[in-house]
Amino acid sequence: MRLRAIDWRGAVLPVGVLATAEIAARLTDYQSSSLPRPSEIVAAAATALLDGSMLHATAQTLLSALGGLAIGASLGLIFGTLMGLFVIFNRLMEVTVESLRPIPSVALIPIALLIFGLGYAMEITLIAKTSFWPVLLLTIAAVRGVKPRLLEVARLLRMGLIARVFKIVIPAALPGIFVGFRIAVGAALVVAVTVEIAANPLGLGYAMMRAQESLRPDLVFAYLFWVGLVGWLINAALLWFQRRIFGTVAFRARP
Amino acid sequence: MSEAAAPAEPALIAFRGIEVAFGGKPILTGIDLDMHKGEFLCVVGPSGCGKTTLLRLAAGLLPPSAGRVLYEGHDIVGPQRDVAVVFQDYSDALLPWRTASGNVSLVYETLGTPRDERADRIASVLARVGLAEHADKYPSQLSGGMQQRLQIARCLAQEPKVWLMDEPFGALDAITRQSLQDEILRIVADTGTTVFFVTHDLEEAIYLGHRVIAMKPHPGRIAATYPVDLPHPRDQRTTPEQPEFMHLRRVLLEFIRGTQT
Repeated sequence: MRLRAIDWRGAVLPVGVLATAEIAARLTDYQSSSLPRPSEIVAAAATALLDGSMLHATAQTLLSALGGLAIGASLGLIFGTLMGLFVIFNRLMEVTVESLRPIPSVALIPIALLIFGLGYAMEITLIAKTSFWPVLLLTIAAVRGVKPRLLEVARLLRMGLIARVFKIVIPAALPGIFVGFRIAVGAALVVAVTVEIAANPLGLGYAMMRAQESLRPDLVFAYLFWVGLVGWLINAALLWFQRRIFGTVAFRARP
Repeated sequence: MSEAAAPAEPALIAFRGIEVAFGGKPILTGIDLDMHKGEFLCVVGPSGCGKTTLLRLAAGLLPPSAGRVLYEGHDIVGPQRDVAVVFQDYSDALLPWRTASGNVSLVYETLGTPRDERADRIASVLARVGLAEHADKYPSQLSGGMQQRLQIARCLAQEPKVWLMDEPFGALDAITRQSLQDEILRIVADTGTTVFFVTHDLEEAIYLGHRVIAMKPHPGRIAATYPVDLPHPRDQRTTPEQPEFMHLRRVLLEFIRGTQT
C-alpha cells in the first residue's frame, strides 16, 4: 500500500551496473568458469526459485534467524530493562557483559557444535547470542533515558514494579529499543548465513556452498544476490513498521 | 481570616524545623509551617529560594536532611495517593502513548478500580476539566492548556485531599492561565481540598490564596506570611481592583525587589 516507503531511484545503480556488465560480456565474447554473466545468474536464480530449492533454503535460514531473534531479543529486553533500572544490577553484570560481547559468534561455532551438533538448535543459539547484544545495549540506554518526570508520576501513584515497567518504562523506551531490534535483525541474518557456510547443512549459506562445490558459480551468485535482496526487503519492512508505529501521534513529542 | 478558627484542629500538613542540604550546600533552613484543611496556600519567592524543594518534601518525593514533615500527624515517608502533584512541565508528566482517557485510566488501573466502572469515571473526570470532547486524543494533539487540564484531570481521578501544584500555569498564555486559575478555584470549592501552590506570579498568588508565603534564597527560608483578606468567590475582573489586592501586590513586589539586591 505504501510504496512511497521504497524509493525506486535506488535501483538505478545496481541495475545499471548489471546491464553494463551484461553488454560488456556480450560485446567482448567473455568466457569464464568463475565469474558468470548477469544473464546466467538470472537464469540460475529463476530455475532455483521455480524448483522450490531456493525458497526452501530461505525458509530454513529465516526460521533459524527468527528463532534466534526471539530468544536473543527477549533476553536482551529483560536484562536491558533490569540493567537500565537498577544500578546495582548493572554493576554486577558490567564486566561479564563487556568481556563476552567482543567474542565473535563464529568463534563459538566449535563449542556450539560440541553441545548441540548440527542442525537448528546450534544455529539458533548462535543467532540468539548475536542478537542479544544490540537489544541489550539499546534497551539499557533507552530505559536510562526515560524522562525522570514520568518515573515520578509512577512513584506518586505508588505503582508497583511490574506496573511501572510495563506501563511506564517499556512504552517510554520503546522507540530506542526498536532501534536495537533493527540492528539485531541485520546481525541475525549475517550470522545465520555465516554459520550455514561454515558448518551447518541448512539454509541459504549451505545452498551457496553446495553450488560452489558443484562448480555452479552462476548459482552461487544467484544465492548471493538473493541474500542481499531478502535482507533489503526485511529492513524495508522494519522501516515501514517503525514509521507506522513511532511516527504516529502517540510517539511524536510535542515541540 | 481563613485561619482564625484553625488553631483548634491540628495541621493537615506540618513542616517542623526542616533543613535540606544537597552535597553540604543548604537549600532550605528553619522551615516551620502549618497547612490547615481547606486552606489555599501560595508560595512565592525568587528562583533558588527552595519553593519546589518544599513542595517535593510535602509530596514525599524528598526526605528532609533534618526536621519532620507531618501529614495528618504522621511522618511522611513517601508519596501518598490522596496527595496529588501537578507539575509545570505537563508534556513530560503525561504519557504520550496514551490518549487523554488512557492517561486518566492509569490512575484507576493503579488504584484497582473495577474495569466496568472505569469508563464512566474517566468520562466524568474529563468532563470536569472540559476535555469530554477530546477523550480519544493523544497529548501531542492537545494544546498546552488542554494538556495541563489533562494533568489536572488525572490528579482529580486520585480524589486527593491535598493538591501540590508546582507553577502549574507558568508555561501558559495569560488568557489560558486565567481560565485555569478559575477552574482550580472551582474544583477546590467543590471538593474542599487543601492546596499548596508554588508560583512566581505574585498576582496569581494573591488571586488564588488564602495565605501567601514569601521565601528568601541562599539558603531558602520563609521570610514573611501574608493573609489574603479578599472575599470569595474571586473574580478576574473585580478582585484585582480591590484595595487589599493592590496593597498586597505592592508589598510583595517590594519584598521580591528586596531579595534581589
